[in-house]
Amino acid sequence: MIALVDYGLGNIPAFLHIYKQLNLACVRATTAQELQQADKLILPGVGAFDWAMQRLEQSGMRPCLDELVLRRKIPVLGVCVGMQMMARSSEEGKTSGLGWIPGEVRRFDEANLQGKIRLPHMGWNDVYPKDHLLFKEMTTPRFYFLHSYYFSADSAQAILSETDYGGGFASAVHHEMIFGVQFHPEKSHHWGVQLLKNFADL
Amino acid sequence: MLRPRIIPCLLVHKGGLVKTTRFADPKYVGDPLNAVRIFNEKQVDELIVADIDATVVGKEPDYELIANLASECRMPLCYAGGVTTIDQIDRIVGLGVEKVALGSATIQTPTLITEAAQHVGSQSIVAVMDVKKAGLRRRHEVFIHNGKKATGVNPVDFARRAEELGAGEVLVNSIDHEGLMKGYDLPLIDQVRGNTRLPISVLGGAGSLEDLRGLVDRYGVIGAAAGSLFVFKGKYRAVLIQYPSLVEKETLLSSLI
Repeated sequence: MIALVDYGLGNIPAFLHIYKQLNLACVRATTAQELQQADKLILPGVGAFDWAMQRLEQSGMRPCLDELVLRRKIPVLGVCVGMQMMARSSEEGKTSGLGWIPGEVRRFDEANLQGKIRLPHMGWNDVYPKDHLLFKEMTTPRFYFLHSYYFSADSAQAILSETDYGGGFASAVHHEMIFGVQFHPEKSHHWGVQLLKNFADL
Repeated sequence: MLRPRIIPCLLVHKGGLVKTTRFADPKYVGDPLNAVRIFNEKQVDELIVADIDATVVGKEPDYELIANLASECRMPLCYAGGVTTIDQIDRIVGLGVEKVALGSATIQTPTLITEAAQHVGSQSIVAVMDVKKAGLRRRHEVFIHNGKKATGVNPVDFARRAEELGAGEVLVNSIDHEGLMKGYDLPLIDQVRGNTRLPISVLGGAGSLEDLRGLVDRYGVIGAAAGSLFVFKGKYRAVLIQYPSLVEKETLLSSLI
């Protein structure tokens, strides 16, 4: 059973809708108790870093999430700001992140890019993955992005896919069974559905 | 490679979908959720849904409709219409909408844009301007309240202000071109695009795939939005929801690939 961590941000209904169509068990969790039955977690998110962290802390689910992810090591997929929260910190805010994947979140460097690109990075872009089960059965995957900050992993080992926007950045990261994607699989047509199915199959 | 976005824009009026011409003469074209299902099948890049009654009537956004649209949509959704408070924005994003468009707020309650960016992030706040040529000198000017109220603000200042306040995208809508299907207002787009570093999307006037191609050839990565083009077919404007196939889309973008 996949639990969607509902702390008030992110498109919970879109994930539920996709898993329902795939005939895979998926529930919305709003309390620590509801998380207990999960064998996988999805941490979605649309929002600013501090706001998202505050909402997650207020939800009361944080200690339980740490327990499930860090001690029991059940697979977790962070999406967009849900992925960014897995870092130690973010240039977008002052709050500490969850610190689940070694790295920090940085803003695309506009000075360096010299007006070649616009921010936010918005729209459909190519994703070049490592050979990994999360990206199985996908040819030339393309996903929807909507962000100005990216995950800068401490180790290149953590990079699961790259995408080009004024240079390459990590569009997906992982560490043990912790996964994060910067793009929105719940809004990326058949590529997104495939990725969510792959996550369920892990 | 980041691709230009080709974006159908759907207008909601009295609970149904309509298409207007120069912001008037709404013609009924179908049911919103049904249209979203068809656009899912067609693998649309992104979708804009604008409630054209909300601001004019001064009513709350229709949260039930928004929730249904957001859960049905397999592509990113931008909602516009009647949004005036931070609570409304939080609630709409909480329902699963990726972007909220603010029009009159950019001019009347600018702090709302800044506050909203701190909550939902800049990337989810779209500043939308409805523009028409006005006055004896026929200068481009931003209008609010569904094109009924002049503001005296020019489009370039609007875009700069939106960027300073923390918006993440500018949507430029031409009232003069809307529904005519005779091409975009390129001089307007030139002005705005050259004066902001934000991504921009444009709406109003697209009548053929050639118009979209022209936009991509001229600007590269841009949001090309259209209403009539995706809901009408032929010169008698029969209602038919359509969208370029993946292959047609690649052809449209041939200058970039």
